[in-house]
Amino acid sequence: MALLEVRGVTKRFGGLLALDGVDLHLEEGMIASLIGPNGAGKTTLFHILTGLYRPDGGEMRFEEHSLAGLSPHRIAKLGICRTFQNIRVFGQMTALENVLVGMHARIEFRLWEVLFGTARLCAREKENEARAAEFLKIVGLESKALEWAQHLSYGDQRRLEIARALASAPRLLLLDEPTAGMNTSEAQALMALLKGLVGKYVQSILLIEHNMRVVMGISDRVTVLDYGERIAEGSPAEVRRNPRVIEAYLGRGQWGVHA
Amino acid sequence: MKKQKGNKQFWILDCRFWIKSKIKNLKSKIGSGTAGWFLSIGLIGYIGLTCALVLYFPQSVLAFLLFEASLLLIYYVPLSRRTKLAFAAIVLIALMPVLGVVNGYYLEVAIQVGIFVALALGLNIVVGFVGLLNLGFVAFYAIGAYLWAIFGSPQANQFLPGGYFPLAPAWFFAFLLLSIVIGALTGALLGLPVLRLRGDYLAIVTLGFAEVVRALVNNLDKPINLTNGPRGITPIQRPPLFFGSLLETFGLQLDAAALYPLYFYFLVLVMALVVILVTRRLENSPVGRAWKAVREDEIAAAAMGIPVVRMKLLAFAVGASFASAIGVLFAAKQVFINPESFTFMESIGVLAMVILGGMGSVPGAILGATAVTILNLQLLKGLSLWLNALRQSGIVIFLPLLGSYDLTQIPAQFEPAKYERMIFGLILMLMMIFRPQGILPPRRQSRGGSTGSPSRGKSREN
Repeated sequence: MALLEVRGVTKRFGGLLALDGVDLHLEEGMIASLIGPNGAGKTTLFHILTGLYRPDGGEMRFEEHSLAGLSPHRIAKLGICRTFQNIRVFGQMTALENVLVGMHARIEFRLWEVLFGTARLCAREKENEARAAEFLKIVGLESKALEWAQHLSYGDQRRLEIARALASAPRLLLLDEPTAGMNTSEAQALMALLKGLVGKYVQSILLIEHNMRVVMGISDRVTVLDYGERIAEGSPAEVRRNPRVIEAYLGRGQWGVHA
Repeated sequence: MKKQKGNKQFWILDCRFWIKSKIKNLKSKIGSGTAGWFLSIGLIGYIGLTCALVLYFPQSVLAFLLFEASLLLIYYVPLSRRTKLAFAAIVLIALMPVLGVVNGYYLEVAIQVGIFVALALGLNIVVGFVGLLNLGFVAFYAIGAYLWAIFGSPQANQFLPGGYFPLAPAWFFAFLLLSIVIGALTGALLGLPVLRLRGDYLAIVTLGFAEVVRALVNNLDKPINLTNGPRGITPIQRPPLFFGSLLETFGLQLDAAALYPLYFYFLVLVMALVVILVTRRLENSPVGRAWKAVREDEIAAAAMGIPVVRMKLLAFAVGASFASAIGVLFAAKQVFINPESFTFMESIGVLAMVILGGMGSVPGAILGATAVTILNLQLLKGLSLWLNALRQSGIVIFLPLLGSYDLTQIPAQFEPAKYERMIFGLILMLMMIFRPQGILPPRRQSRGGSTGSPSRGKSREN
């Protein structure tokens, strides 16, 4: 059964057609990539999937739920969680607190429990903290649990975002350029990490990525967007050979010669 | 040359590290060892000394300030939490009332401090935790105050038949509870339409809300006389002295005039403590984390599954309920209230307390409220009195080269009390330049780790 099914999603910003009837299909247990030149509409699609933007047309189904008109926190609760292209960690909170915020949708509490500080809530908070520490361990940040997030290095902040997203127990994890700003070895390490997550912590990963080595090395399926349109979809090898993809990335040869 | 300078700086850094390590050493030694005993004895000595000073010089502002500083000292001294609480309890429950009997004004100051602590903590939730700039916080205070003022005085007879009003003093407590509900409701009501707004826009709407409330209170004396307009409402019922007979059995004979300030002092103390407790609980719970996440990044918070709108409404409601509950108490204490007590400057004053103490920090809000209230009520007034005394002394100062100056010529405009706002503004400006995170910025929760504070301002870059 398809985990995520997107059909004909369209988004307009004034006169600009950011997404033009995009289809996307994701199976369980898959790592899929979304690539395309800058401004192709990749992040817009992420924003629509997570409820930050309302689409102008098309339908989206996640498992048996329709995502149409749902607010971001409802979508997160359904099991789609994401990271951001420009890092959005909660700067003046510790790394551990960041992850605990990620767990918010899975934490059960009543307001009166908070006000009276019941023992049950305290016990559960202890458990939550232990679990949050585990998520930090997965991304290798356990030693920095009590650092302010804003004081972490760039790469650590990216990893913290992944830990935070994992903490919400998503079935689908959306990663927006997870290796941006990382060097080759860091990117390799992250790829290994992502591969280990599928099936264990998440059902599926969809990532936007510009680093082709990462994309080709990790993806089961690649979707290519250009000017809001899906121009290709298939295995990495298929996509690499696709003439429209080559054209989108390298431009049409002046004399009709492809590179 | 340059290298030498660098070395010098390093030397200073070394020095700092040395001091820090020494303090750490000291802290580790003070578990329950002898150093702890010495500190406790020192603390007792300080408190005793300042108490004696206040008793011997009941009119001295300085003596009382030193006594008040003992609370700050208790906060900073590296002792166990329980010992600190015990010290604070002794100062607040036993010593403060005794000194209040010696000089009634001190008790008045303490009550005002308590009121503003509760207000600052309420605003701190909205501004400090959730990061929503609220310039109209005093509106909720006014709503609470008028709630009891109208029904706890003959005022309600103007529009309700039957002549049941003023309600019996015992109703005060019912209205205290009611005001929490009403405050929360009005807070949420204001929150609903303005939650889409951010930053400056939200600030302007809240400011407008406060002005609307003030204008309503000011003008609702016709066609139906609800609030008695600018003339204000009086006399407002005070809470019942239900323990009068109890005190008599202990042989304590205090007349109502002396009893009421003490009574209000303890009421304020209890309310402030409840507010502190509730704020603390909320802060260290999933709710507090969600609030801070919304403050740091609303979009990311929503994407992590936090119901942003609900969390903001909750913050508005909790903050407003604190303010309106303490408003009920304010009305009962003052016996007379009018719209003048709830001007825009009051909102700004409470906001300044939160900023001065450190946004998002509970100890900061408490310290800010205390410091500003004492500055207004005691320090500046004290300096004015001192200046007046100088003027009336008729001393003539002979200055070399400049000739003589008769102190009676000091113009009345020099009185510091008249510069309240200016001094206030100066303090705020200096704070923003030299310590923008406030006096006591929020700390990381340390579970075995070291504590530190975030460099505020840096995070606001993106």
